[in-house]
Amino acid sequence: MYNFNFHSPSSLDEAINIYNNSDDPKFLAGGMTLLASMKQRLIAPSDLIDIRNIKNLSEVIIDGESIKIGALYSHHSLSINEDINSKIKNLAKLANGIGDPAVRKMGTIGGSIANSDPAADWPAAILALNSNINTNIRSIKNIDFFTGMFETLLADDEIITSIDIKIPDLFDYKKFPNPASRYAIVGVAIAKYNNDVTVAVSGASHTPFIAKGLSEFLSENFSSDIPKNTVSKDDLNEDIHASAEYRANLIDVLTQQILKNN
Amino acid sequence: MNEISVQIKINNNNYERNIKPNTLLIDFLRDDLGLTGTHSGCDTSQCGACMVLHNNSAIKSCSILVAQLNNQEITTIEGLQDKDKLHPMQNSFRNNHGLQCGFCTPGMIISAISLFNENNDPTEDEIRKYLEGNMCRCTGYQNIVKSIEEGAKDMREKG
Ligand SMILES: Cc1cc2nc3c(=O)[nH]c(=O)nc-3n(C[C@H](O)[C@H](O)[C@H](O)COP(=O)(O)OP(=O)(O)OC[C@H]3O[C@@H](n4cnc5c(N)ncnc54)[C@H](O)[C@@H]3O)c2cc1C
Ligand code: FES
Ligand code: FES
Repeated sequence: MYNFNFHSPSSLDEAINIYNNSDDPKFLAGGMTLLASMKQRLIAPSDLIDIRNIKNLSEVIIDGESIKIGALYSHHSLSINEDINSKIKNLAKLANGIGDPAVRKMGTIGGSIANSDPAADWPAAILALNSNINTNIRSIKNIDFFTGMFETLLADDEIITSIDIKIPDLFDYKKFPNPASRYAIVGVAIAKYNNDVTVAVSGASHTPFIAKGLSEFLSENFSSDIPKNTVSKDDLNEDIHASAEYRANLIDVLTQQILKNN
Repeated sequence: MNEISVQIKINNNNYERNIKPNTLLIDFLRDDLGLTGTHSGCDTSQCGACMVLHNNSAIKSCSILVAQLNNQEITTIEGLQDKDKLHPMQNSFRNNHGLQCGFCTPGMIISAISLFNENNDPTEDEIRKYLEGNMCRCTGYQNIVKSIEEGAKDMREKG
């Protein structure tokens, strides 16, 4: 890993100020992705700005209809938060399926979303759930947020502060994990608000996406008797882990499994 | 790049050092402090050989900077025993043949104590699930699981 300057600001303003006065800075949350990329010399920031000492970024606020989760809230904290789990069942299960216990202790929901790894778990959930990503300057609607492989709508000097999630009637997530890394070969998230159903997919393409055909079908008819191959294999990844055809089939299979369980 | 000054408590000893910001905890432990009980297996947060305790929880020292731990506290495998007396979890690994080459063992023991701190009476399934981030190339895990079951029992009994 190349060397860098290290900063540990205690407020958002201070963090942004340091950002704007550095050559090629990066924000650091749990470091589970960023430090690994730096070790591989995929990136070499001039300055690391550790945002974990900024207050209020790891709060959880639950009101009647929605949950606000601070960007620095760890996967582990979320997996054991009974209040969150009683409002949105299966969110804890998703968090508990990320990596391993040590990764979950350090890794954060904000870091995972900002990183926008196409095989990560949170992006599918955030896309399926009616949610907003709040930053130091604005609130971004979930469907606008993920713009490409490891790309989001965030500006370079923008910090995610929290995520607002409207509490659904039903939510579930299921992934077919890569047995070595536990990242999703395919992951399917389903959220239901009244009759409005959204199916979102991770792992299958260069970016998490909403499966439109499945979402429309299930909004009309919430049953596991789904039409097959509504997601075309032509749009899906093909690699040593799975062919595009296999991934397309997994989307249907995981969707059916979720529907049968709920 | 500017050096930074950090204060860190390791195994109950306070250290105040000037370090390069890119110093990983594992390199600091092994190269600067000579605490070579913490092992470096993969350097990519996969194997768990480098685990240490932070706030009673296992973290991977290959994937955290010393700078991130300023004013915080760490316990390594060397900090577990009480003078000449092994920690009950260490003892249990010895008694149950929970190690062969021993490379993964410091991480396994730290992980086991971290599990105990969350759940003091884990089932076999819970132990196996918790070891997701620890790899052993020798034992086939059976005796590791047995060691953790018995170590947890000992820790419960000793309070
Ligand atoms: C062994 C291993 C297994 C893993 N398995 C899985 C898995 O199964 N599923 C899964 O989904 N993920 C997995 N991960 C990734 C893990 O979830 C990470 O926690 C996550 O991707 C990044 O979160 P972080 O807090 O560590 O972010 P960091 O690594 O600190 O940062 C990642 C990126 O996000 C930016 N960033 C971080 N926080 C913010 C913020 N608040 N605002 C703006 N930008 C920000 C950083 O600048 C950086 O570019 C795994 C990681 C490891 C090491
Ligand atoms: S050396 Fe840290 S996890 Fe392998
Ligand atoms: S005892 Fe050799 S790697 Fe576990």
